[in-house]
Amino acid sequence: MTDVFRVLAPGPLTTVQDRGRVAFQHMGVPISGGLDAFALRVANRLVANAADAAVLESTLVGPRLEVLCPADIAVTGAATALTLNDRPEPGWTALRVGPGDILDLGAADNGCRAYLAVGGGIAVPPIMGSRATYLGGRFGGLEGRALQAGDILKRGPADLLARPRHLPWFPLYGTTIILRAVPGPQDDFFRSALKVFFQAPYTVTAQANRMGYRLEGPVLSREPQAPASIVSEPIVAGHVQVPADGQPIILLTEQTIGGYAKIATVITPDLFKVAQAKPGDTVRFASVTLEAAHGALGEWTAYLDRIDELLSA
Amino acid sequence: MTAPMTATPLYDRPRFRHCGDCAVLVEYGEGIDLSVNRKVHAMARALRGQPVVGIQTVVPAYRTLAIVYDPLAIPLKGLEGRILALEAELGADVLAPPRTVDIPVCYGGAFGPDLEFVAAHSGLAPEEVIHIHSRDPYPIYAVGFAPGFCYLGGLDPRLHTPRLPTPRTRVAAGSVGIAEAQTGVYPADSPGGWRLIGRTPLNLFNPLKSDPFLYQAGDQIRFVPTSPADYDRIRSLEDP
Repeated sequence: MTDVFRVLAPGPLTTVQDRGRVAFQHMGVPISGGLDAFALRVANRLVANAADAAVLESTLVGPRLEVLCPADIAVTGAATALTLNDRPEPGWTALRVGPGDILDLGAADNGCRAYLAVGGGIAVPPIMGSRATYLGGRFGGLEGRALQAGDILKRGPADLLARPRHLPWFPLYGTTIILRAVPGPQDDFFRSALKVFFQAPYTVTAQANRMGYRLEGPVLSREPQAPASIVSEPIVAGHVQVPADGQPIILLTEQTIGGYAKIATVITPDLFKVAQAKPGDTVRFASVTLEAAHGALGEWTAYLDRIDELLSA
Repeated sequence: MTAPMTATPLYDRPRFRHCGDCAVLVEYGEGIDLSVNRKVHAMARALRGQPVVGIQTVVPAYRTLAIVYDPLAIPLKGLEGRILALEAELGADVLAPPRTVDIPVCYGGAFGPDLEFVAAHSGLAPEEVIHIHSRDPYPIYAVGFAPGFCYLGGLDPRLHTPRLPTPRTRVAAGSVGIAEAQTGVYPADSPGGWRLIGRTPLNLFNPLKSDPFLYQAGDQIRFVPTSPADYDRIRSLEDP
């Protein structure tokens, strides 16, 4: 392990994340992990890391870092004003950096979360099978917390890339997103509200974080005979729960069990769009059948495999 | 949406509710009921014991089991068929007695600052509160909300006590409390509004251990009254 970065300015919320801690949900340990699984995966691929390597996830404003050793890095996700020694550099591209370089991710002007991968991966001890930071539990990642100025980050062993890697296209996240969602598990609680839910625009509120995204828009009313809450049951990422005020919340990966009814579930291939949405952005939901959702997942998986292939050529 | 009146809240056969493209909820019955909950945990253990290709995780709760699956590896219809077939095989396992995990608790004093309040509220002596609270084991219906936090059933109605009007900003890990009809233990330091009646010296959750937990959902917990001296002795054996 080698010291790779000194944190000069951490940004408002930068954490170490990987694909997440999946094996202990039955014990109340949430998945955590990078919210934009696509950007995280591509960032690792660009620097030839294993898919389970840890990266940095920043929120709105990325960190400013002093580089301490030769390394390959790549920044994906939100388009930021990325600079290396004050020179603009492209995202979705592997960059060679060396001791004394100043890497500044800057502010996001498209999207919300940027991912910084370094060849060898961010080296922190795996806890319960993952290096992901679980802020609520105060463990994982770097001492279970967000980065602070003065932190030293290490990387794992890695050879420098023989050839630069670059993804020739990348997502533009925009400020209006359309999320495909399958009605349920409690769509029968909201029979008449489903029409509103799949037609009306909703706005991302300031209460949007790694736990979930609270939206604001037309009230989603329960059927008169539907109970106000349910017996607590397991939660998956993408669940859209509707508390008593009728304003939907898209749940992400920091909770395992909850007691509110869910009107619909956002499909896996569209979850990255939630991760890149910011307060003030517009969200629309599009109803898809389960069969269509499975078809979309198949296409998405094939697309990810093609990117992997392209980037290893 | 109210359950039909039946002798048992258990469904004749499990029902499925879909959660998007990669998860399905298996429902075993209505409400909070031990026979329904036993079914949930029997299936969860069966699926952990003999993994099915394409099933990634199972997460049990009170009356539902979430199955996270890869629909590209196992089609949903095939998955549901496997669950129903496994359910038919299980039967007897459900009746196996649950494992009981003893949790030593030092009641009252600095560890249980609300024991006197609970006693006054119930009209019992503090010793009676301790006796009632530690008499019978409590089934763990589910573990969630926070790592290692148990949703326990079976608190004696005489001990039901309202929450604090203002939650404490910090409750120490291991604190044992009562909130309305629930009793439980805080696995980690956190804010909290439960009435605290004691504290266990055990670490309920240690993320650095290969086996980070002392119990799992489906087990039952028994609180064993412990002296302050034993509390200190056990505490000194636990990792800091």
